[in-house]
Amino acid sequence: MTEPILSVENLSVRIAGLHILQGVSFDVAPTGVTVLLGRNGVGKTTTLRAIVGLTPRNGEVRGTIRMGVQSLLARPTHRLVRDGLGYVPEDRCVFAGLTVAENLRLAERRGTAPAYDKVFALFPELDRRGRQRAGSLSGGQQQMLAIGRVLLNDNRLLLVDEPTKGLAPKVVTEVAEVLERVAESVPVLLVEQNLAVVRRLARDAVVLSAGKVAWTGNAQDLLLETALTKSLLGVGSGEVPVSPRSEPVLRAPQSRTKGGAA
Amino acid sequence: MSTVILLTLTGLGLAALYFLVASGLSLVFGLADVLNFAHGLFLGVGAYATWWAAGNLPGAGPEGFGFLVAVAFGVLAGALVAVLVELVLIRPLYSRTIEQVLVTVGLSLAGVALLQATWGADPRTFPRPGWTREVTSVLGANVPNAGLLLIVAAAVVLGALLAFLRFTRYGLIIRAGVENREMVTALGIDVRKAFTLVFALGGAAAALAGALGGVYFGTVSPGQGGSLLIFAFIVVVIGGMGSVVGSAYAAVAVGLLQQFVNYYGTSGLGDICVVGLLAVVLLLRPQGLAGKVAHA
Amino acid sequence: MTEVKSPEVPAPPAAVPDELAPGRARWHGLRPYLPLVALVVAVILPYSTVQLPGVFEGALNSPGNLQLLAICLVFGGLAAGYDLLFGRAGMLSFGHALYFAAGVYGTAILVTKAGLPLWQAGLLTVIGSTILAGLLGAVALRTTGIAFAMVTLAFAQVGAILVARNFGGLTGGEEGLTLDVSGLPSALVGVANTVNLYWLALAYLALVVFVVHRVSMSPTGRVLAGLRDDERRIGVLGLDPYRFKLVAFTLSGGLAAAGGVVYSLLVGASPHITSSELTLSLLVMVVLGGPGTRWGPVLGGILYMYLDHRLTAFGTSDAVNSLPAFLSHPLSQPLFVLGTVFILAVYFFPGGLASLRTRLHPVLTALRRR
Repeated sequence: MTEPILSVENLSVRIAGLHILQGVSFDVAPTGVTVLLGRNGVGKTTTLRAIVGLTPRNGEVRGTIRMGVQSLLARPTHRLVRDGLGYVPEDRCVFAGLTVAENLRLAERRGTAPAYDKVFALFPELDRRGRQRAGSLSGGQQQMLAIGRVLLNDNRLLLVDEPTKGLAPKVVTEVAEVLERVAESVPVLLVEQNLAVVRRLARDAVVLSAGKVAWTGNAQDLLLETALTKSLLGVGSGEVPVSPRSEPVLRAPQSRTKGGAA
Repeated sequence: MSTVILLTLTGLGLAALYFLVASGLSLVFGLADVLNFAHGLFLGVGAYATWWAAGNLPGAGPEGFGFLVAVAFGVLAGALVAVLVELVLIRPLYSRTIEQVLVTVGLSLAGVALLQATWGADPRTFPRPGWTREVTSVLGANVPNAGLLLIVAAAVVLGALLAFLRFTRYGLIIRAGVENREMVTALGIDVRKAFTLVFALGGAAAALAGALGGVYFGTVSPGQGGSLLIFAFIVVVIGGMGSVVGSAYAAVAVGLLQQFVNYYGTSGLGDICVVGLLAVVLLLRPQGLAGKVAHA
Repeated sequence: MTEVKSPEVPAPPAAVPDELAPGRARWHGLRPYLPLVALVVAVILPYSTVQLPGVFEGALNSPGNLQLLAICLVFGGLAAGYDLLFGRAGMLSFGHALYFAAGVYGTAILVTKAGLPLWQAGLLTVIGSTILAGLLGAVALRTTGIAFAMVTLAFAQVGAILVARNFGGLTGGEEGLTLDVSGLPSALVGVANTVNLYWLALAYLALVVFVVHRVSMSPTGRVLAGLRDDERRIGVLGLDPYRFKLVAFTLSGGLAAAGGVVYSLLVGASPHITSSELTLSLLVMVVLGGPGTRWGPVLGGILYMYLDHRLTAFGTSDAVNSLPAFLSHPLSQPLFVLGTVFILAVYFFPGGLASLRTRLHPVLTALRRR
């Protein structure tokens, strides 16, 4: 077994008195996509934000997070990012008032040449729409910008939070294709609710439940075991969920047609 | 007709003063979430430093180029004090908004008292070049030159700020940071450097307001900043926190409204109308005219 | 993001450190009676002729000292009432001076200009000011956080302008207003009767402490504490934050107006009490004392007003004057000293005076062990 790129040990996060994570431990493999799964509100986003140092002020983080030999906790976000931790947040978070070109320019760093060729090769649209305000882009285009922005620099690990949330089925496929290509060169820790996308991209899976790790292992194995998937995620792969609680998972009617391709 | 022109131009002069104070307040609030009660102190520091330099600094004086040097000294002093305040008092309380407000409240009390202790509570006569005491005839109205100077200075500062926000790397960081500070750090940028810069800019603009306000009023006193600050706050809220352009529009609206109503109505009624305007804007558009976006 | 946990009941009001501090049983038995003891001491204090050199000039019960003490008590009550907003409900209002000033000027105008008897003037003033607080609060509370602070600041500024411009010759402008003594009960007039004003101020303070205590222990108080900690959680529980905040705002405004009535008898009306600086000093008192605690704001208010008065004397004393100018000049400014102490308190004593005992506890135990 190769050394993990990221290892999280006994991570606990309390925010405003709520124990959101209660001793979470898992590793992220140095290649491919590791997916973080779980029902809504189990703390997937909280985990990503704790890794990148963005726990809110009233929150409290305990445990250890290591990237290689380096400990990540207690280091400011901008340093972590400069050391190669790329973060694509939930809801894109592009700067709506800035143009596409300005959004990208913001990610440039002194001393390193920004990889515009690579980004524009992946997303030709960003090149063409350089002067357009990011706020006027479609959801899919904003997601491309959010990913492209991070790819301008070299990364040792990418954290990607729900990249397909709220996107049209066709765009979901596009995003998945892009992430697949990205993952060839850099490991990705992905939070994703769309099981079709998970099936296509993920090699390893970590499932959270009630603030703890409920299952780890091979993602494809997990998806094959319908009963297990159902108990952990509240939905079988490709099935229409019955419980209203898990409604947000219902986002992939195309899963049958595209799912097995990977 | 000449009365209307006079009122318009003096109203714009007032607006210029408000804008110089409010633009810095607005950027500091928009970027760093700090409601800076000590901003009036920067104005006081600028006014007193200019006053001191005109009398004591070699090369500076109350006339011509010497006056320019004195004002530059005042602006520099204001910026320096603002940077020190940010580094020493605000930064250790990063993102603890209420504590930061409290510290600036304490600073505004202590700072004004310190000015008072050093230079006395009574107004001091401000050194001003001879030409600023004269009037210029504009379409039949005799407008004080000091007011015109304020308008020109505010216009230059507005242009310079917008160019800075539009064309520089730090301007870009500030505009992005006003929208979403967290995401700026998530792109590997140390946003706190931008905080210090914004404090410096705001301190410099407020200090300029202090110096030119001294020229306009003819005197300088420790409490001057405080009374201006309240109207500057109103301008910031009406204009939308974090928007320089919004502050400019709001400053013009507030200055003109105040001047005209105070002249045609009872004295003091204009000030009350301004608060009324604030209430109306807040009820209709809680985010202010321009919202929380730093426009370039 | 709400989590899978069961929805939590809003957190109880900030724990009073006193109750948590480990202490001896005897001490615990006495504790509930301490406020009563303090009250009795305060009531009989005017009979004392003790000399406290350096603390008070002359005998403790001299009219000058009693007036100073009465002012301190009024501000203790004001600070406790302001804490109902800031410490208990987390609302940062910068316009509290308005309601206090309404109480002061309302009484002075109704007694002096309208010739009403004091009790009618006082009652009308408190009712009117409470209604004013309700109306302005209803508008201001449509905003939250910093915007709320600025709106309340702006409203209070209108009050300051109205008073300063002396509309209709009612407020006396810069000069202020002194009460027309002919309209007042004789027991409240004259230097010899300062003691009665002192007792009145004490009664006001006791009233405020009682009301604030009752409110914060009531279900409404618990909702307010919940709002302070996390407004969204209260929204989730299906309660309307707006109504609770308006209740607190109105009540706090009414209490401030009542303090204004007492103050107008003690000092009279002068325009400086309308300034935003008064609100800022209330904030300083509460933070110095300990926001959200029962006695912290009271102590903070009393101490602040005492220091504000005494530091002026201290600043001109020989001890300060003999210092080099760069020290003696700033030290002669009470606000410089208080502002600096305040900044230090924000950094090093976030809980204010009320937390001092808990903070000192480890030090004391360590010392005792030696």
